[in-house]
Amino acid sequence: MHTAPIAELAAALAARSVSSVELTISALERIGAANHRLNAFITVDQDGAMTRARAADAARASGKAGTLTGIPVAHKDVLMTAGLRTTCGSRMLENFVAPYDAFVVQKLSDAGMVSVGKTNMDEFAMGSSNENSFFGAVRNPWSVDCVPGGSSGGSAAAVSARLVPAATGTDTGGSIRQPAALSGICGLKPTYGLCSRYGLIAFASSLDTPGVLAQTALDCALLLNAMAGHDARDSTSLERPTEDYTRQLERSLEGVRIGLPKEYFSDGTDAAVVKAIDAALKELCKLDATTVEVSLPSVDLSVPVYYVIAPAEASSNLSRFDGVRYGHRATRYANLDDMYRRTRAEGFGAEVKRRILVGTYVLSHGYYDAYYLKAQQVRRLIAEDFRRAYDRCDVIIGPTSPTTAFKLGDKVDDPVKMYLNDIFTVAGNLTGAPGISIPCGFDARGLPVGMLIQGRHFGEASILNVAHQYQRVTDWHRRVPPLAP
Amino acid sequence: MKWEVVIGLETHAQLSTASKIFSGASTAFGTAPNTQASAVDVALPGVLPVLNKGAVERAIRFGIAVGGTINRRSVFARKNYFYPDLPKGYQISQYEVPVVQGGTLAIVSPARGEIEIRLTRAHLEEDAGKSLHEDFHGMTGIDLNRAGTPLLEIVSEPDMRSAEEAVTYARALHSLVRWIDICDGNMQEGSFRFDANVSVRRMGEPKLGTRSEIKNLNSFRFLQQAIEFEVRRQIELIEDGGSVEQETRLFDPERGETRSMRSKEDAQDYRYFPDPDLPPLVIDEAWIERVKNALPELPEAKRQRFISDYKLSASDATSLTAAPALALHYEATTRAGVDPKLAANWILGEFSAALNRDEIDAPAAPVSGEKLGALLRRIEDGTISGKIAKEVFDAMWAGENNGDPDAIIAAKGLRQISDAGAIERIVDDVLAANAATVAEFRSGKEKALNALVGKVMAASKGKANPAQVNAALRRRLSVP
Repeated sequence: MHTAPIAELAAALAARSVSSVELTISALERIGAANHRLNAFITVDQDGAMTRARAADAARASGKAGTLTGIPVAHKDVLMTAGLRTTCGSRMLENFVAPYDAFVVQKLSDAGMVSVGKTNMDEFAMGSSNENSFFGAVRNPWSVDCVPGGSSGGSAAAVSARLVPAATGTDTGGSIRQPAALSGICGLKPTYGLCSRYGLIAFASSLDTPGVLAQTALDCALLLNAMAGHDARDSTSLERPTEDYTRQLERSLEGVRIGLPKEYFSDGTDAAVVKAIDAALKELCKLDATTVEVSLPSVDLSVPVYYVIAPAEASSNLSRFDGVRYGHRATRYANLDDMYRRTRAEGFGAEVKRRILVGTYVLSHGYYDAYYLKAQQVRRLIAEDFRRAYDRCDVIIGPTSPTTAFKLGDKVDDPVKMYLNDIFTVAGNLTGAPGISIPCGFDARGLPVGMLIQGRHFGEASILNVAHQYQRVTDWHRRVPPLAP
Repeated sequence: MKWEVVIGLETHAQLSTASKIFSGASTAFGTAPNTQASAVDVALPGVLPVLNKGAVERAIRFGIAVGGTINRRSVFARKNYFYPDLPKGYQISQYEVPVVQGGTLAIVSPARGEIEIRLTRAHLEEDAGKSLHEDFHGMTGIDLNRAGTPLLEIVSEPDMRSAEEAVTYARALHSLVRWIDICDGNMQEGSFRFDANVSVRRMGEPKLGTRSEIKNLNSFRFLQQAIEFEVRRQIELIEDGGSVEQETRLFDPERGETRSMRSKEDAQDYRYFPDPDLPPLVIDEAWIERVKNALPELPEAKRQRFISDYKLSASDATSLTAAPALALHYEATTRAGVDPKLAANWILGEFSAALNRDEIDAPAAPVSGEKLGALLRRIEDGTISGKIAKEVFDAMWAGENNGDPDAIIAAKGLRQISDAGAIERIVDDVLAANAATVAEFRSGKEKALNALVGKVMAASKGKANPAQVNAALRRRLSVP
């Protein structure tokens, strides 16, 4: 019961058949039992969690509880949490205590959720395997030798192993959807601008998107209801009427046109992944959805475009980690330049340095037009591809990742191979449109396959509808991994 | 060999908003270090900039005032470089598309008369913090109070041909930003400072010479000294067979010279790119219209009006409109119905001298425009002479008799003597006592008459009507 999806926990809490304190203790116990194997958490906030759980129970007793009140949640360590260490998976911020809450942390806290701690991640959210963390790699609950995906690998592993019912994540090129797929859970990346980036330690500002990882599409909708909203402190946050993201969940799929980009079903994707997606599409057609082939001719340029824009923005965003005001500072240095050099050489890991170098290069005088400007032009072409495709369909479906979870160490020496993990997800960041990855099967080794459902801007209700209807007739999302305690 | 000097100025005007350009922290000057640095100013992880509309509004005001183009869509960009007092490791500025493009500023050049200086652009940006090297033994202190203060960087074309012209332009710009109330112009506090681009070329040479940029000049005097030094240095260098290097130089006010800071080869690559945290700045027609309607009459329009309505010379009109407060004072004075030229002479003469002496601005002057007008009326109606009026003015400035000119004239008995009998009596006394001077005059020395006028005026304690004294003397001496 303690490992059920949020919707069920909420019902039990409302019926007083369980308390938040009980759920929280249970979550803390599971974290204690599994974290040494999974390394999903960087910081566990036991005392804070218990205080919040008691407050949630008190709120419920006085009739002030909402749907999410008292439900445990974990936050990716890229999000600032007031009074709690916020490391971003980096030595640079190893001992950094955040002085304020990120917008989405605040929103979930306002909804009464009980934060139990901070999850592991690729350093500064740069990675697709969670092997780039200063605090060590995270293990996949489906196979201890495999990666959980990244960069929200700690959040994905924690939800997959049922340590917590939900966790926040951030998605810059696939960092919620890809680990959700590799860990066999649901991961929702909302439309850019729907959830404020305030308090999200910036990697690539025009792509960074806060979102959630949970067991079901329904849970994702409930969490998004609490997290979305305008925030005056983020100039890219959008002012929109409040939506109930659960409102279309029960709608029939009759008349829903599923676009299948031919570019998503070419070589390079594992046969097991293709097979699982094909089977899922058949299920959806049984639910009266129809499929139509669409084309996204520029989408194969997504990864190269992404690996110009994201490092460019990162190279600038990470300049503030200079050892002057907070974070790591080298203990010995000869002068100011030496202080910068040593501090950043010691504070950042290899992948972060690689991206800072790439980003610095593409923004440099004489290269800007050929790289950054060109990438922005292609970015518009990709967005145009999607706009045209949505003339013929309502959602676009394909695999989330070309492979299932791979072994630790398999791709660490080949960054390009690693970057290709994001081939299906990065376009959503380049266009800003929403996407959800949901489990849709397993490969021969018992590793989960994820299906990516993408929608138009602000089409969250539509993609959640398709995901929920699929989950009504399948049980992939109910499968519990062997490493769950 | 004749040389032509070519100067362009980049002026940083601190905009007079209460809070910073991208955060809610106060911009007040002189508080304890780091007490006005918010999370955004300190560049904590996860914080984001939010544009202050007040800063934009001031930029629009400037754009309208100089007749520039207000870009309906402009872009904020990041200028990336590492420095301890630059918390984010980049400065948010505007690069390819600034908020204001073009425009002109009319000045009266000492050498060339009325000319127009073209403006290239004006863009919004944030200031950096301050590095404090004193009081920290072997270390540097960082004060981020100033970090994020809004600046308007106003870039001129290389249209100035001498240090004097550059200073004239700088003063006109200084007066304009205060006139339209976008900057307090306080140069001691760094609210208004210049970078000067200076080059020289042989007279008639169409190509510009290699320029050097002198950074961070914070007074008109330093601006002039720095340019003059730099011009001499460049000319000497070329005349000695050398060539000017493109470089950034610093002015040392103690030595009155510039010295190299960094050469072009050391120039940093700032890796400008559009700031993804800030959407393009969109300014609609309605906003511009609102700002336009709220603007005071601009200096140039006022100057033209002074010339056409008051028949003032271009030079007087320019001087009177150099500062808004002075122009307002002048207009208040003329409202007393006195001759505008007389009022202009007084405002630019006695009144401005008194302001300079006391180092105050017109609004702080103890003599209001109305009171000054009342004094001038007494000159016009013959109650006092212009000379006595200066004595009355000093008394008004000192606050005697509540600064009321009529009360002062009465209290000091300064009313002009216009009674013909009284004047003739004094004239007779003076003629009797100065026979030698009278003889000189009669022998043809016209100048001797002036001496006699002076003696009569002195005998009347300056109160005798000078025209009547002159006439009476000539009559008595039988001059036709």
